[in-house]
Amino acid sequence: MEHLIELKDVYKIYQMGEETVHALDGVSLTIDQGEFVAIVGSSGSGKSTAMNIIGCLDVPTTGTYHLGGIDVSTMDDDQQAEIRNKMLGFIFQQYNLIPKLSVLENVELPLLYAGLDAAERRERAMSSLARVGLRDKCKNLPSQLSGGQQQRVSIARALAGNPSVILADEPTGALDSRTGREVLSFLQKLNREGDTVVLITHDNSIAVRAKRIVRLQDGRIIYDGDAHDPKAVVQPEELTGDDGAGFDGANAGEGAAV
Amino acid sequence: MNFTQSFRLALKSLMTSKMRALLTMLGIIIGVGAVIVITSLGNGMQQMMNQQFEQLGANLLQVQIYNFGGLSSRTVSPDDMYALVDKYPQYLSGVSPYVMTQGVVREGSEEFTRTSIYGVSEFFYDARRNQAMSGETLAKGRFLSYIDVSRYQNVCVVGSYLEQNAFGGDALGKTLTIKGTPFTVIGVLAEKADNSEGSGDDVIFLPYGNAMRLNGTGSVDLYLFNSTSKEGSTTAKGIIENRLFQTYQDDNAYFVMSSAEMMDAMNTMMSTMMIVLVAIAAISLLVGGIGIMNIMLVSVTERTREIGIRKSLGAKRKDIRGQFIIEAGTTSAIGGLLGIGVGIALAQLAGGLIGGMMAAQMGGGATFSAVPTLGSIGIAFGVSVGIGVLFGYLPANKAARLNPIDALRYD
Repeated sequence: MEHLIELKDVYKIYQMGEETVHALDGVSLTIDQGEFVAIVGSSGSGKSTAMNIIGCLDVPTTGTYHLGGIDVSTMDDDQQAEIRNKMLGFIFQQYNLIPKLSVLENVELPLLYAGLDAAERRERAMSSLARVGLRDKCKNLPSQLSGGQQQRVSIARALAGNPSVILADEPTGALDSRTGREVLSFLQKLNREGDTVVLITHDNSIAVRAKRIVRLQDGRIIYDGDAHDPKAVVQPEELTGDDGAGFDGANAGEGAAV
Repeated sequence: MNFTQSFRLALKSLMTSKMRALLTMLGIIIGVGAVIVITSLGNGMQQMMNQQFEQLGANLLQVQIYNFGGLSSRTVSPDDMYALVDKYPQYLSGVSPYVMTQGVVREGSEEFTRTSIYGVSEFFYDARRNQAMSGETLAKGRFLSYIDVSRYQNVCVVGSYLEQNAFGGDALGKTLTIKGTPFTVIGVLAEKADNSEGSGDDVIFLPYGNAMRLNGTGSVDLYLFNSTSKEGSTTAKGIIENRLFQTYQDDNAYFVMSSAEMMDAMNTMMSTMMIVLVAIAAISLLVGGIGIMNIMLVSVTERTREIGIRKSLGAKRKDIRGQFIIEAGTTSAIGGLLGIGVGIALAQLAGGLIGGMMAAQMGGGATFSAVPTLGSIGIAFGVSVGIGVLFGYLPANKAARLNPIDALRYD
């Protein structure tokens, strides 16, 4: 069977002044349809770079990335945009809703860029909002909702385009622990219903809600396996006192996410 | 990209920051307003001038003869001028001496001091077209005849103002005196101006011989010719000038002015002036465009995160570019509409003031209305939208080229 996500020998190399930074240093990874994978790592581990590449926001320096059998590693800006629109649903830490648009308009956005007509956009966005239980808030502005509700709107937006992969980047980072648990339960529910979920986090207690954990350190995979294996939650840098020497250029400004 | 959503979004963001929107649009408002005012006033001026020329007759040629204080023995007589018309019927359709007189007009105890008095011949009035050379039409009675002119009959044709005010609406057969000489009214002209004192309705036409007697002069120094057509008036002018040169051998001795040529010259002058003024006003449009570009660049920076979100959801470069161009276009289009409104209002105001001044100075007959043409409104609107799109392109392109990762992390 063909893998849904297949990264083969992926390197991402940045030039930071004099220094050459290997944000991803030979990563190979496959994820299949229906999996719930957590990509875990501390700041500077390369997890954000991995998420950017898996999310088709960036391309590898070398190596290949096949998404749904399509080679997306050499695509240009607009081709990537189309892939993001058709195959990926993003859930961000800061919800990333557009404040001037109503909840419904926010959820309609990916459908708008997919070129659907107004009636179909509305219908699909409403059913997506119904899935997260916010159908009655569709006319509200994001600022009129609580953080948890906003994150549910962003989940509805991610689901609206009926994507192959849902990419959640620290989805609980801005929420209190109770609301965070609700969001995670919802992601688990989506996974049970058949959606493929990739969760990016620095937090082991969140990562264990996934079925499988991929741990990154200094741009390399140091663990890939069952989330319930005790080895999955060992953080080597805690043991050695190394706070993640590699500087991940794309990861700057993420330090506050605790 | 969905045009209506971008448009609605643009309107929404304009509405949420009205002050900023207004300041952004100010350049466009001033520019478009100025263009509308200038073209409106220019059109009004041109229309008024043309109207006045038409009233005088577009086919009219005025011949002024300078008599050098009577030193010259050379002279042309009205008969010479009649002969000229007979010789060139394809170009000249009529001629009349035009002797202007000033004097107090009396009827009983009524006294009129601002009345214009002209001495003309029977050719001054064309009975077939019911029109005098200076545009008047006859309402009652008859115009001067050959007999009246050749026998120096003391008869006259009066304007509607005099009939109303001197004779209570029934002037035919009545008598008035000009500088003490009694004249019998044989005809009344139809109202052509606003029927007020000193206007084109406060006039008297009498045989030119009688007018010369009133003046105490012996020669005619002003003639009015009619050319057969407006187009032929340049040729007609040449014919008259040739004939006069034959007699005087000096082209300083006379001056022939053709209404059509004057009108053309005035129109050309007005158009040139308008183009220069509009070009100056257009500089403000340029400045307005730069203002829009500036605020759009700010807007792109402010909304970097929004751009990142949209891109992450699948917006292509052209979608983002389109959104910002539509926003810039909407801003300048609204600025343009406001400018058109301001322009029309100012043009009305200025038109009213100028119209009032003109009426006071020229004593009616001239109507001035500063109304912008539909064309100039259309062009002004088109140009303002065009400016928005043109100057919006650079910021929009900057937005479209943003890297989605950097844009998403921007705060």
